[in-house]
Amino acid sequence: MYGFLGPNGAGKTTTVRMLVTLLRPTGGHARVAGFDVASQASKVRRRIGVALQEAALDPLMTGSELIELQATLHGIAPRSVRARGAELIERVGLSGAAGRRVGTYSGGMRRRLDLAMALIHWPEVLFLDEPTTGLDPTSRLTLWAEVRRLRDEGTTVFLTTQYLEEADQLTDRIGIIADGRIVAEGTPASLKAEVGRPHLDLVLADGSDLAAAREVVARHGDRRPSTEDCHLSIGLQRGAADIAPILRALDDAGFEVAELELKQPTLDDVFLDKTGEHLEGASDDVETEAEPAAV
Amino acid sequence: MRPAVVALARRALVNAFRKPQFLAPLVVFPSLFLAINVGGLGATRSLEGFPQVDGFLDYQLSAAILQSLLLGGVSAGIAVALDIEGGFFDRLAASPTPRVALVLGRVLAASVIAAVQVVYFLILGLAFGATIQGGVLGVLCVLLVGVVAGTGFGALGVLIALRARSASTVQGIFPLVFVVLFISSAFFPLELLSSPADVIARYNPLSFIADAIRQPIAFSNSLWPVLEGLLAATVLTGASIGLSLLALRGRLRDA
Repeated sequence: MYGFLGPNGAGKTTTVRMLVTLLRPTGGHARVAGFDVASQASKVRRRIGVALQEAALDPLMTGSELIELQATLHGIAPRSVRARGAELIERVGLSGAAGRRVGTYSGGMRRRLDLAMALIHWPEVLFLDEPTTGLDPTSRLTLWAEVRRLRDEGTTVFLTTQYLEEADQLTDRIGIIADGRIVAEGTPASLKAEVGRPHLDLVLADGSDLAAAREVVARHGDRRPSTEDCHLSIGLQRGAADIAPILRALDDAGFEVAELELKQPTLDDVFLDKTGEHLEGASDDVETEAEPAAV
Repeated sequence: MRPAVVALARRALVNAFRKPQFLAPLVVFPSLFLAINVGGLGATRSLEGFPQVDGFLDYQLSAAILQSLLLGGVSAGIAVALDIEGGFFDRLAASPTPRVALVLGRVLAASVIAAVQVVYFLILGLAFGATIQGGVLGVLCVLLVGVVAGTGFGALGVLIALRARSASTVQGIFPLVFVVLFISSAFFPLELLSSPADVIARYNPLSFIADAIRQPIAFSNSLWPVLEGLLAATVLTGASIGLSLLALRGRLRDA
């Protein structure tokens, strides 16, 4: 599973639209499932499943009607259409709602139907463009479980997301895009190892002279950008051993520390290191580590 | 490709029948217009240049059918534009179905709806005293011309939607439909139109289609006007489908 990370406007959706043959590249080459997206577009389309950002479903049709339409468009034999549709509807847990119009579905149900439609023809490569954006935590975990299952079954999944934890938990490799260019690529572990050191996040009791506080901590580590008042973030050279000297230096300079936290490198750190900014939406990441419920 | 075209047409029809806002205007407005025209403008029959007909309703029925078919084209265009706006069109375009099927499916649905529209107005006309001079063969001619014209208007609506990519823009074409219809022989014979409207109407394809539908209803089964109308509708259909495919290719290049 390949995770594709980037802030809004970085070019994620444009890249995906080119890879799924909805947009003709103006230059360069790309191959999906062994075929060129520009010159062999129809061969690419036979081998890919696509669930684009915002589950685009017809609200007037029922779930089973939509899935049967998708099956027909993918050339599945008429006698198999209904059986394949029912199998997928059951797989994504929509059996009870299959006869209802999609307009009555919740966001999570729409996403699951979207996923089922993308899987109708047993695709070799599945493109999921921000599949969990806007979903509640339960629906997100349910979708994660299904995506994991697909990966375990051998489907290649290309996942774009703004949720770092989603990328961290699900993907085998990650590419980070900024301003239309790949700025980093590797496994989550190798990317985090590149960033290396842990960092210390501090909250000062009084942020009125933050510039002076920054000068003090800069002598003990690498200053990192922080976005909120009273907050300081320092990359530590020696890990936890650097904490005491920093606190002493701040105390000597008259700064009172209200909170502190030692953090190991995360994908947000990788993102920060590679792009110079935090990923939008990173703060909204799911906090639970619980194993997702089975579909 | 055929199963895909049929499946897409079925989906378009299901949508149209599940959302009365799509279908109702196609028959309600032209029916009201027909009632107003027949009720208020019947005296025009006595004007010099107005052809000899059994009833003014016989003459105006063609205009109502044509008006309804044009609105059907606008409605098909709005439906495609809504699919584009909502992203559903991308889902269809990302499937391995040949992209011509995306256009043909919608156009086929427009043909079926056109048949329903023609039958509705013929029944309405007969119920209120119109006579079909051409008999059963005349009804078949009207149905044929009406379905081909409805198909062409549907394809034109799809073309506009693919170019405009916005339902509100397609809806904005609605008043234009009336302008083009009025500068044709749909409501009144060319002889009663003033210059330059009569010149424009003489070459307006809608005039040929209106006359082809009117001929079997109000006059007789004369072959030439029907063929002229059929030719105009066929050229419109072919050109609109061809241009729609070009627009679709452009849309996928520029999206």
